[in-house]
Parts: sequence; C-alpha cells; structure tokens
Amino acid sequence: MAKTDTTTSAFERHGLTDEQLRQILRNMLLQRQLDNRGFQLNRQGKVPFALGSEGHEALQAGAAMAFERGKDLLAPYYRDLGLALGIGLSPYEILLSIFARQADHNGGRQFPNHYSSKAAGLLSFSSILAAHLPHAVGAAFSLKYRGQLGRAVLATCGDGTTSEGEWHESMNFAAIHKLPFVMLVENNEWAISTPLSKQMAQPEIWKRAEGYGMPGRRFNGFDPIDTFAAVKEALDRARSGGGPTLVEGTCYRYLAHSTDDNDMTYRTREEVLEHRKLDPLPRFESVLLENGVMTQAEIDALRNDVLRETNEATDAAEAMPYPDPSELHTHVYEGAWQPWQ
Amino acid sequence: MSTPNDAPSATEKPAFERHGLSDAQLVAMLRTMLTHRTLESRGFQLNRQGKIPFASAGEGHEGVQAGAAMAFERGKDIFIPYYRDLGLSLGIGLTPYEVLLSLFARADDHSSGRQFPHHYASRRLGLQTISSVIAAQLPHAVGTAYALRYRKELGRTVLVTFGDGATSESEWHESLNFAAVHALPIVFLCENNEWAISTPLSKQTAQPDLYKRAAGYGMPGTVVDGMDPIACYAAVKAALDRAREGGGPTFVEAKCYRFLAHTTDDDDRTYRSREEVERRRKSDPVPCFEARLIEQGILTAEDVVALKRSVLEEANVATDRAEAMPYPRPDDLFGNVYADGWQPWR
Amino acid sequence: MAVSSTTSTVMNNVEAVRATLYEAMKNDDRTVIIGEDVGPRGNVFLITKDFISEFGAERVIDTPIAEASIVGIAVGMAMEGLRPIAEIQFADFIYPAFNQIVGEAAKTRYRSNGEYTCPLVIRTPYGGGVRGALSHSVCIEALFYHVPGLKIVAPSFPADVKGLLNTSIDDPDPVLFLEHKKTYRLIKGEVPDGHYTIPIGKANVLKAGTQLTVVSYGLYVHWALEAAQQLESEGLSVEVIDLRSIRPMDKTTILASVEKTRKLLIVHEDNKFGGIGAEISAMVAEEALFHLDAPIRRLCAPDVPAMGYALPLEEEYMSSPAEMAEAMREMVKF
Repeated sequence: MAKTDTTTSAFERHGLTDEQLRQILRNMLLQRQLDNRGFQLNRQGKVPFALGSEGHEALQAGAAMAFERGKDLLAPYYRDLGLALGIGLSPYEILLSIFARQADHNGGRQFPNHYSSKAAGLLSFSSILAAHLPHAVGAAFSLKYRGQLGRAVLATCGDGTTSEGEWHESMNFAAIHKLPFVMLVENNEWAISTPLSKQMAQPEIWKRAEGYGMPGRRFNGFDPIDTFAAVKEALDRARSGGGPTLVEGTCYRYLAHSTDDNDMTYRTREEVLEHRKLDPLPRFESVLLENGVMTQAEIDALRNDVLRETNEATDAAEAMPYPDPSELHTHVYEGAWQPWQ
Repeated sequence: MSTPNDAPSATEKPAFERHGLSDAQLVAMLRTMLTHRTLESRGFQLNRQGKIPFASAGEGHEGVQAGAAMAFERGKDIFIPYYRDLGLSLGIGLTPYEVLLSLFARADDHSSGRQFPHHYASRRLGLQTISSVIAAQLPHAVGTAYALRYRKELGRTVLVTFGDGATSESEWHESLNFAAVHALPIVFLCENNEWAISTPLSKQTAQPDLYKRAAGYGMPGTVVDGMDPIACYAAVKAALDRAREGGGPTFVEAKCYRFLAHTTDDDDRTYRSREEVERRRKSDPVPCFEARLIEQGILTAEDVVALKRSVLEEANVATDRAEAMPYPRPDDLFGNVYADGWQPWR
Repeated sequence: MAVSSTTSTVMNNVEAVRATLYEAMKNDDRTVIIGEDVGPRGNVFLITKDFISEFGAERVIDTPIAEASIVGIAVGMAMEGLRPIAEIQFADFIYPAFNQIVGEAAKTRYRSNGEYTCPLVIRTPYGGGVRGALSHSVCIEALFYHVPGLKIVAPSFPADVKGLLNTSIDDPDPVLFLEHKKTYRLIKGEVPDGHYTIPIGKANVLKAGTQLTVVSYGLYVHWALEAAQQLESEGLSVEVIDLRSIRPMDKTTILASVEKTRKLLIVHEDNKFGGIGAEISAMVAEEALFHLDAPIRRLCAPDVPAMGYALPLEEEYMSSPAEMAEAMREMVKF
C-alpha cells in the first residue's frame, strides 16, 4: 500500500497530493494505451486512420490537473487525447470517435481525435490549425461579459500553429480585452515534416508574449508537475481577472504525424531515439517510485487496469452501430436542410 | 540613431544631427513634405467642390514618409505602400500629375481609372500595385524580397509600409515570420499614427510599443520619432543598409499621428476630441521641419515662402492638366482581365 | 494537343504531377515550389519526393503553417518575375488564403492595367472518397470559378494532368490547379513523353454517343464513363464529356453535343446548389433551349456541409456509378 498523503517527499510537488499524482500517472498511461490502440486498429485494418500523441503525456496530464471541471472550457487541437481524458472524457468516448460510431459525440462525422463535449466543456473543433483559437477567445469573452469570475478558457496548439495568422489575431484580442484565456503551446518541435528551424526564427515561442502585452513563460513539458504549476498559475491569473497568459511547454513528438505519415523521410532514427531518453512516462514512474508515492506493484496494477479499461472500451465501441445514411441530412441548420424552399 | 530594440534617447537636442544629409537633400525632403500636404489638401478641396468622390488623408505622416523616401534607392529598391503613402510615393519619384490623374480617375492613370485614388503603381519607379485590403500587401513584399535574393540581386531591398492597424492582421504576422526565417532583404516600416479609422491604439493592441513584437519573430526592431524626417531617414537607412548587406529584415516603428479623419468619408469628431488633435498639432512635422531648417540657416523664411509658392503652382498645373484628361471609355472595362481575353465561356 | 513525341509512358495522376513539376523545375530556374511539407517530406503524397535534394531548399520551400501567406508570398514572387508554384496541402485548408487568391492574385493585372501581372499556379488536392471527413474531402471549385481574373482547371487523366499543368505553369495569369486526391493512384493512363500542352478552356469528349450528353470532371468523370459503358451494353448511347477546365469553360463542345443528343445530365461531386452544374445549366438554357427534349438534370452531392468520416455517411454523400447509370437510363428514356 502506498504511503499516505502526509508523507513528505523531497521533490517539488506544487501542492499536489499523492492521489493527484497517481491520477496524473493514470492519465499518462491511459493516453499512451489509447494512442497505441488507435495505431493497432489501423494496422489491423479496422479503422482507416489514427493520430499519435506520444511524447505529450506529461504535458497534457499536468495541464488537465490544473483545469477545473464544471467551470473551465477547453479548446484543444487534434493531438490532445490526454487532455481530453484528463478533463473527463472516457476511453469509451475516445474509441467511439476512432470507430466513427453513431454514438460518438459527433455522430461519426469528424475525424478521430476531434472530440467535442458540452458536458465536459470541450469546444468542437476542426482539423484546420488555429481556426479554433478565435473561438476560444470568443468563448473567453462570453465568460467575462457575463461576469463569470472563476472560469477560464484553456486553448492549446502545437508549435506549427503559432505561425498561423489566426494565432496572432487571437492572442492580440485576448490581450486587449484582458480575457480569461490561457494559450498553451505544446512545442513538440515538428509540424508534420517541418522542424522548428523552418517554422520560426525565434525558437522560444513564449517570448512573443511581450509583443502582445501579456505575460509569458516556458516550462518543461516532459515533467507533469512543472506543467501543472505553470498552467495552474496561468489559469488562476485568468480566473481572477488578471488576463491572458502564453505558456509554452517543450516536449517531443515521438511518432510520425499520423498513420498516413512516414517520419523517416524527414528525420533520423537517431534523433528520435535521443529524445526517447526524455520519455515522460518511464520518467514519471521513476519519480513516483523514488519518492514513495507508489510501489512497483501498484504501478503494474495500474497498467493492467488501464489495459483492461482500454480493452473494454474497445469492445464496447466496436460493437456499436455506424450512423445510418439518413443521418447525413441532419443538423445542417436547425430547420430544413434544403437550400431551395 | 536607434539601436535594435532600444527606445530613442531624448538627450541630443542642441546639436543638429543631419546624418550626412546635404542642404539640398534637406530642402528636397521639405519640398516632398510640402507637396504631400498640398496634394492631400487638394484632394479634399476637389471632393468638397463635388469634383471627385473621394480622397484619403495623411496629414501628420509627411515627416516619416519624406525621411523614408530619402533612404530609398531609386532604380534598385522596391517600395510596396499602403494607401496613405502619398508622400513616400512622391519621394521616390511619383509626380503630382500622376497623383492627380489617380484622384480624377482618368484613362491615363496608371490603373486607367480602375483603382481608388492613392493606389498608385509604377514599375518604372519600383512602386508595386496594391489593393485597399490592409496587410494584404505584406506577403507580396516578402515574396518580392525572396525573388530579389533568389536572383542574387545583391544590394536591392524591399521597403513595405503599413499603419498600426495592419499589425493586427493575420498576414502581417505570417509575413514577418517568413521574412525572419529566411533572413530576407526587407524593411517593415510601421507608420503608427495611433488611429485605425476610429480605433485608437489602445483597442488595437495591448502593446503600444509595436516594435517590441520584432524580437518574438527573431528580427531586430527599432523605434523612431515619426514626426522627425531626419531621424526617420536615419532609422530607415540603417534598416535598408542592414538588408542590403544580407543582414536580414528589420521592423521599424515610426510614431506619428493622423491629424485629419481617415478619408473624406469619415468624420473624426464622432470618435475623438478636438482637444486631443489640437494638442498633437504642436508636433506637426511640416511647420516643425520648416522652423528647424530656418533655425539652422539652411533656408530663410523667404525661401520657404517661395518654396511653398512653387509647390502650389506645381499642384495647380498638375490639377488643371489632369482634370482636362478624358475618363476611360466604357469598353476599357474589358482589358487586362487575362492576357488572352476576358470571356469565361470559350 | 501538340505532342512532340510518339512514345508514351503509363503512369498515375500523382506520377504525372510529379513528372511535370520535375521538368518545369529543371527547365526554368524561375520556377520555385512553395508549400507545407514539400521539402524533405516530399509532399504528403510524395509528389515532390527528392526535389529538395536535387533543386535545393531555395527552390523547394517548406513554409510555416500559414496559408494566407503561402499564396500571398507566391503572389509577390510572381509580381517580381519568378514563376512560383504554390501548394495548399489540402483544398480544405485554402480558406485563409481566399483573399489572396480572389482579392489579390485575380485582380493584379486588372487593377494595374497590365503593368503588374501574376503568373502563379496554386496546386491543391481536393475531393473525397478517401475517408477524409470534413476537412480532407471538400470540392472548392464553386467558390472560385465565379471570379474573373482567375483560371481553374481540374484534369482527371494523367495525360491531361501533364498537358494542363504545363499550360498552367506557362500561363501569365493565376491558375488554380485542382487534383482529385482519390484519382492520384487510382487512375493510370498513357502519358506522351516529352513536353506538350493542352489548352485551358477545352473539354474532351471521352465517349461519343447520341442519346444523352453527360458532362462531368474529377473522380466522377471516371465513374460516369463506367456507367455510360454499362449503358452501352444495354443498347443505350451516352456521350461523356470531361470538362477538364472549369474557368474558362468549353461552351463549343458542350453545345455541339447537346444539339446532337438533345438531353443534358451534369454529374459532379460538389454540392448541387450553386455548383458548376448551375452555370452550365443556365448557359445551355440560354443558348440551346430549343434543342432540348428534356429538362436539364444535375446529379450532385446533397446540400449538406460535408461527407462524414463514418463510411455510411461518405457513401450517402457521394454518387456511385450505379446511381449515375440509373440517372442516365431515366434521361435516355424520358
């Protein structure tokens, strides 16, 4: 049995309890398991497509821990599997999306990983990079407009997206209006095949914050606790009326962009292996072991539980029906879909 | 002269820093400024007389535009303006007659009367065609700079200008980023006049020192007093020289002010006070520069009077000549849609 | 088309694009390719594979993620004498560049009265049938064909891809070159060796017939041909026209065909309302009304925002050869 939460550990945990730390590990394990499951199903010919997020587990679990369910809103992008889980989506919902079933939040219409959930506060988004950011800013404006202190919008994107015009316009507006908005950049160094050096001349994205008149900081995206601290600080600022923050987490994308990409065409195996040494998953397991938060037996049990949960969700989702063809014409407008009336 | 990312120091007052400019060049800058103001006023007058439907206003920009134009190298550099750059266009060689043809929308105008006034273009001068869409010209400027560098045309640069409002645009962001990644020979000159039609700077951005954005792109940013033509000359020249020598792009912010409304279709009394405008008039670059040149003995008061008379005569001659020219003919509508005809059905 | 060679090579549409781009890069060093992932990745369909090692990073430019400026920068390059070929990775991503295409590229020659021109090619893969869902399946031609100053081509066969891409690259005006992504590897054909061009604005009669004219383009022209061949075996004679060029569009070929068959069916993958078929219908109604023995009909996608990711939704959205054959039968028998 794990030591109780009153045990003091030498490492900086920023107020996180043992239970929260365990929860973070669980989220990371679940993200990796579900991520791999998507790839497996694709290799088995069961689903046409899957996207990977390996390397982002610590960043997303740590950020999710700072998110306040029932209050905050999340405006993610398509690599935020861990964040979606962390704010309350279930493996079953994830698999429904991968299998494109009718019961999926989007009725099987969207690509996998394009979650939406009003209940969880997860804004619907498309595959178009940065298109969700003006939406996030607008949502933040609504919160402020209705005087809803204590609520904030957490928006995420990759390094590539920061080159988009809509990133710029969104940051600018959020700052002018001092909105309860946090821009979390998950800098994994690659935008499909475009390395950071071709994406921008200033590789430290957080340094753009001053140009917008908002605070900015960087944190270690391989460390979920460091992540939690940085994102919590930003969200707290936003929730208390202090305005927006730009937070940049450095991590790495271990896999190719998706099942349709071959990353060996544009980077070396050596580079990827070198970055594997920073893999947040084994790293955090070690931290928890070394600091007596969990035993090896507990970690193994957790892994088994995560696998079990994934398997159950896979079977349950796979058994669900596809949307009926007649579903095509629904939800075009509130009223009739026909343009000639 | 400002160094990258520094605010200007206000220490040097007594010595007249002319940054290597000769008397003739200083007088030429004043002439450009006076012509700029006279032709702008002429546009407003013609509009009030019901002779033309529209004119735009750039009073307050005369200093930065004359200074920047003096740094521009004719026959080498390329200038991509926005619609308030009457003075810069004159400064690189556009004539009052060409300006009036544009105002009157005559057939001999560069766009044959198609474009709004003040949307000049001249291949000969290196003045590129633009639309009215703010910041749309920024990526063009970047592509043009890429072409110059690609063809190894060393020593040639691109100067692109825009207002404070343009810095909020998507295309502004994307353009600066690309120029920095590729270290292109381009200077981004922001004529920050604090107003985007009725939007004050405080509603446009939370960072009023726009030059501070440059560091985020990995390029140098400098700031200069946009009411001082000599300081603007120096700042723009330094940036253009850096670009010429392969040192990559620079973002120069010139702080000036827009004294009039946006255009003849705008009424600025609806969104700002007369007190503010009158207070800022104290820094009017035209009388300030006149006074400075007289004070330094480069011109006498009589010289200035004569100069103004000459500028006015030139404006009058240009006005009469342009007004007498014919409009484009109706079937001029169909030219230059494609190189090979206009018809969509073949 | 003027062809300088009597030999040919079998290739698919991806290979045809690649081979044509390769020759253009080799023969004219004003040509540069600019887009996302076109460098070491070689484009997400491998169209520019190894181009960067042969032509260098200055000519094969991996851009930041910034569609408006991919097109806008290319416009500037074109105005200043280069011959850029801009790529938008998927047509679904083109919308941020809409102003640069419609407000700038299309108007450069016109607004400067010919002093500045914009010899630009914008290539982009479009269309569905690949489980691409909402953001990797759209047809965009209807949004752009409305715009004077812009040219739009949508070839469906490898030989046409090469000829029309050559013409587009040479064209002094901006051309939107649409490549149907499902036909990339699906469609193979003989492609004449050597350099040749096919004029923009010229359709191609794929199959002669007497009882019905079918006009189509893209993936659907292949299925329409398949359906027409099925009808042939039933003793029904259908003429199939491949538009190839959306703007300008070939009136002569369409009218000659309609005057012969007296019936017109337009088949396209895009939504019906306001699609290309609407303009064709209006033109034929204006100019050949008394040659018609039946109302003009359009077989198109339902007017819903997109085909969904789930297979039943994609299939419901798209028209199959069987559905096309049924529509053809009905019209022949009208």
